[in-house]
Amino acid sequence: MAKVEPRRRGGVSQERLRGLYREMLLIRRFEEKVEERFRAGDLSGFLHVAIGQEAVAVGVCQALADGDVFASTHRAHGHALARGMHPNALMAELYGKLEGCSHGYGGSMHLYDVEIGFLGANAVVGGGLPAMTGAALAFKLRKEPRVAVAFFGDGATNIGTFHESLNLGQLWQLPAVYVCENNHYAESTPAEQQLPIKDLAKRAVAFGMHSMKVDGQDVEEVLRTAGRALEYARSGKGPVFLLCETYRLVGHYVGDPQVYRSKEELHELRETQDPLDHTRAKLDLSDDELASIDHEVEELVEASVEFAKAGTDPRPEDALNNIYA
Amino acid sequence: MGELTLVEAINDALHHELARDPNVLVMGEDVGLVGGVFRATAGLRETFGEDRCIDTPLAEAGILGTAVGLCMAGWRPVCEMQYDAFSYPCLDQLINHVGRYRWRSGGKMEFPITVRMPYGGGVRAPELHDDSPEAYYVHTPGVKVAIPSTPADAKGLLAAAIRDPDPVVIFEPKLHYRTMRGSVPDGEYVVPLGRARVAREGSDVTVVAYGAMVPLAEQAASALAGEASVEVLDLRTLKPLDEDALLASVAKTGRVVVVQEAPRTCGYAAEVAAILAEKAILDLHGPVLRVTGYDVPYPYWKLEDAYMPSVARVADAVRRLLAF
Repeated sequence: MAKVEPRRRGGVSQERLRGLYREMLLIRRFEEKVEERFRAGDLSGFLHVAIGQEAVAVGVCQALADGDVFASTHRAHGHALARGMHPNALMAELYGKLEGCSHGYGGSMHLYDVEIGFLGANAVVGGGLPAMTGAALAFKLRKEPRVAVAFFGDGATNIGTFHESLNLGQLWQLPAVYVCENNHYAESTPAEQQLPIKDLAKRAVAFGMHSMKVDGQDVEEVLRTAGRALEYARSGKGPVFLLCETYRLVGHYVGDPQVYRSKEELHELRETQDPLDHTRAKLDLSDDELASIDHEVEELVEASVEFAKAGTDPRPEDALNNIYA
Repeated sequence: MGELTLVEAINDALHHELARDPNVLVMGEDVGLVGGVFRATAGLRETFGEDRCIDTPLAEAGILGTAVGLCMAGWRPVCEMQYDAFSYPCLDQLINHVGRYRWRSGGKMEFPITVRMPYGGGVRAPELHDDSPEAYYVHTPGVKVAIPSTPADAKGLLAAAIRDPDPVVIFEPKLHYRTMRGSVPDGEYVVPLGRARVAREGSDVTVVAYGAMVPLAEQAASALAGEASVEVLDLRTLKPLDEDALLASVAKTGRVVVVQEAPRTCGYAAEVAAILAEKAILDLHGPVLRVTGYDVPYPYWKLEDAYMPSVARVADAVRRLLAF
């Protein structure tokens, strides 16, 4: 007879928690590797990592059902990996290779994987909200039990498309979940300098939209609350504004001197708000077992770099393709 | 073959295309209950239901952005922008998303969006209800642009746009919505994108025009009867441009006047002139002349006639070119 694992109140099984931890760790190690390769000069352009925000990505993406779709932001690696994109496809994209998820044309901020319902990351803040509103409208018109999810940050709640999208979503009672990853900084601008309100859930009140709030550093809580939000939207009750309070434990971009916050503040956040620490504390795993998860994940990440480096560079003439059908 | 006004022809096209393909839907401000401020969508809601003729709030970026998502899930949205200049808030979506998704997703996503809007002046309206913004759209990679000048083309080009797998923006000359009537084929009717039309044959000068400037060019050609044999080339599609038709006409006449009502600088006429400089320089007997609007906001109605290209200005350009 299989051993029944004890479940803590409101929590998930140890096995499930281990899986969530492993997903978060994969994102963390992947992004650390990407930072390293960027600083080493392997990668060009601009790079935004979401170190510290892994629990939101994993909790929400693990709650999605087959057929659900989502759009991400300029900080998209976590969402992609959490929904099952292979690290090879993601790393190859960052290296600009044809084997990348966007064939080397999108880069870090424009990831796609239609097969897993990943309908695009966006460099333009607030860019994914209207499209996910439209996808939700499509599902409602076809009476399909699918939900469209838009990730965005606190900064995006100041942008016009946020307001137009939430207005349309609520007006039409669409099966959409608007996931606000509130990391308290719009790029380099602290919340108090860019938001006239402290509680971003009030944004939803303006539209009469149902909102839910969750500690975004607690992956179990995010999973559970995102599950409820998706169920609410899927059942035809209308959209949900899901507010995840989270923290970016690194700069806005790789190399950001972070003049907008003190070293002490950052140090304290790292000590107290790391979702991996939180989850590790809840896992009944020995140091050896934890090390073995780390080892497995690091090998996967290392292999993705090798895969990417061995990939195919696009030819100039390739860029003329796919602009029209 | 029936006699329809230009807006009736558009309405006819929409009825046929919605009947033909259950994935086609219409959305925009006042398109449903009211049937559109110009009545272009009249009757669609009654025939096809609220789900396929959707009234939206006043939110142009929301409309076009929502259309992007609809495409991602298999619909073919036809978005109405109520007026030319009201479309500027949707340029964010058009430039940042609509024209780029297909390319950056490696061709994995298709965006068969049609954006249609009344454009242009001559209707004694205030500023922001008279613009000719085609150059912004033509300049956006991934987007096609068509401008009909007759009721038949208004029907046929719209049908082609709706069936096209790519985003197409259609500018409809609002001046002629009700003032122009013409023969329109019954039933389903498609005018392929990318093919110009010789509106009037001639041998001395080619006047290149599109939209509301085509009948103006034809009037100028009539006014010049006895002085010059003027060919009027109606481009119909600005992107993709029918270069073959343009070059063939120029090979015949050797003289070109391009007419646009949009402001002058970097307008579509400049692109036509550049193409001719690159590909037809040895055919030309003189410079390519432009008759355009001015680099100012569209003026209120007391000054409107001074702003708009006129028969006299077109005829003057033709005469100057012949005297070159």
